[in-house]
Amino acid sequence: MAVFLRLLALFFNLFEPLFRWGQRLLGNSRIGWLFVGPNLLIFGLFTFLPIIINLSYAMTGGVNLMPLQRPYTGTENFEILLECRNYFDIQTCRKDVFWRAIFNTVKFSLIQVVLMVLLSLLTALVLNRKIIGRGFWRGVYFYPVLLSPVVVALIWKWLLQNQGVFNALLVGAGAAPVNWLTDAGWAFFWTIFVSIWAHMGFYTLILLAGLQAIPKDMYEAAEMDAASPWRVLRRITLPLLMPNLIVVMVLAMIRAVQIFDEVFVLTGGGPGSATTFIVQFIYQTGFAEQIHLYGLAAAASLVLALGLMLLTFAQLRLTRAEQAGQKAR
Amino acid sequence: MLKFLTRSRGFKRFDWTDWLSYLYLSVGLFTMFAPILWLVMSSLKTESALSQFPPTFLPYTQKTVQVAGFDKPLPLFMTRDDQGVQRPMAQVRRIGIMATMVDPARPEAPIQVNINDRKPVNELKFAFANYTELFGKFNFGLYLWNSVFITVVATLLTLLINSMAAFALSKYKFQGQKTVFVLIIATLMIPPTIVLVPVFLVINSVGLLNSLWGVILPAIATPTGVFLLRQYMLTIPDELLEAARMDNASEWRIYWKIVLPLSAPALAVLAIFSVMWRWNDFLLPLIVLSRSEFFTLQLALNSFQGELNTQWNYLLAMTVITLVPITLVFAFLQKYITTGIASAGVK
Repeated sequence: MAVFLRLLALFFNLFEPLFRWGQRLLGNSRIGWLFVGPNLLIFGLFTFLPIIINLSYAMTGGVNLMPLQRPYTGTENFEILLECRNYFDIQTCRKDVFWRAIFNTVKFSLIQVVLMVLLSLLTALVLNRKIIGRGFWRGVYFYPVLLSPVVVALIWKWLLQNQGVFNALLVGAGAAPVNWLTDAGWAFFWTIFVSIWAHMGFYTLILLAGLQAIPKDMYEAAEMDAASPWRVLRRITLPLLMPNLIVVMVLAMIRAVQIFDEVFVLTGGGPGSATTFIVQFIYQTGFAEQIHLYGLAAAASLVLALGLMLLTFAQLRLTRAEQAGQKAR
Repeated sequence: MLKFLTRSRGFKRFDWTDWLSYLYLSVGLFTMFAPILWLVMSSLKTESALSQFPPTFLPYTQKTVQVAGFDKPLPLFMTRDDQGVQRPMAQVRRIGIMATMVDPARPEAPIQVNINDRKPVNELKFAFANYTELFGKFNFGLYLWNSVFITVVATLLTLLINSMAAFALSKYKFQGQKTVFVLIIATLMIPPTIVLVPVFLVINSVGLLNSLWGVILPAIATPTGVFLLRQYMLTIPDELLEAARMDNASEWRIYWKIVLPLSAPALAVLAIFSVMWRWNDFLLPLIVLSRSEFFTLQLALNSFQGELNTQWNYLLAMTVITLVPITLVFAFLQKYITTGIASAGVK
């Protein structure tokens, strides 16, 4: 430990002359730039620059990686993605997988977020009661949150495989085994179930923190008035929890729209494209297929960005409406 | 039901709503941990035990015996003859429904047995070989090392440059400071998936494709980290810094001798997050590291499970090893993680 600390001190002392020199050069008023410098460099290189390059990719074609060597194609990438002969029939679209991915993502997000919020709310309400060993129970729901998506997917893949424990239970009960992951409907169900299983604890935690911040005298006053439990929930708990609920809904939505890792390992997007979501479409178009269509992938990610922007905008509106409502109350 | 949902704490009686609560929590306990327990038990089964259907919870495997005159150990069965006498016998070969079997004590007299008249003799056997053989067979040590290297180096760098930025944003007033802060916070809104293609280009252009640094560097500047540390450093009194300046300490010294040690609690929270993020990272390594000698554990697991003849016994053992570090972190630091997440709202 002592050796480690000495090494650490040595490491930090190495920077000392550099910063003394920088301080003399920049003056005291601008020394701050020296400290944010490394951070800004990384952000600039790996976040801000890519945003600009992304636009250039989306408007150029070909398979070249270097933006300057790519021919300008204008809006062609977007046309390829969005064009359909008949907008009521996915089959007639030029990139029907893209539309399917969007459709799947919307369906997945709506169902998953509603179930996730309801379940974590229920769990948080239960955990907020007078429970013996609350820390332990909270940990129980939270533990899967820390597991890597790949591990989560493999755990469930093992349980759901044809010779797995679920089918063993079915056969034991006298029923026929089910192809959980190769049947389109069931595969979609399990992507929702597994993602809720893995992330629910996180939202439960936020809601529980919100519940514990509600002043206890509110409930005491309600008890004095002999308010029914239903009224207490409607009039005290839910309104006071609303800010946390909005945060949870928005976070869950933004995450759900970007689902990739778990599903990619669990079902690989299949069967067919039944569980292919938008991020997987981007990954496959840009990196996994024989011809890397960077332009198309970039265009698709801009569509995703637009969706996320709309969600963030909706969040702002919701928060503002909620704040206005609170003032009115 | 409604009572159960709304009633707050502070009741003395143990009524049916409490029973319902504990029932709900127990169901949760089962749903969350049974899959993991099943994984761990399965990872201790031999390959042949894994292919049995229906599967058993405990790792039972068929007993084998060494019989004189045969090179390999033979599987042991309990046979029943016409009189109903049971005898343990080893199977030499099986053709159709008839099996050639010998008594281990008298290997010179094989007999034919109908396979319906015999039952395998099982014994409890933990196949720890699944774990030990990983290192010899699959370069597993290399994947483990890659994962550990990325996690440790990226976390140290994350702590260093994010605390530097947080220090500048909380303890200095300089022109453009507000803009910098807003820019950094704005990146919270830009999920990495959106800039996947150009990030790949940048990593490629700086020559970091198929290099562990290509996974480390893009992610070390995190808006969450800067925000978390800045909020904490704002609570450190400026008088401390002024006193040090009186003693002619350089700004760098003030940063690492005063501000950094005082921010230890916030640094610890960020360190835990960073370890989780890096250890579990998947999409960035997936596009940056395509050669198997640079695979992280997550990538190795993914490519391994995609193979046509997946060897589940090794895959399951590998999965268990991958979840062990995170489990240990959680077991020891549960309180910090949960309170840290509840207060910062980040994962």
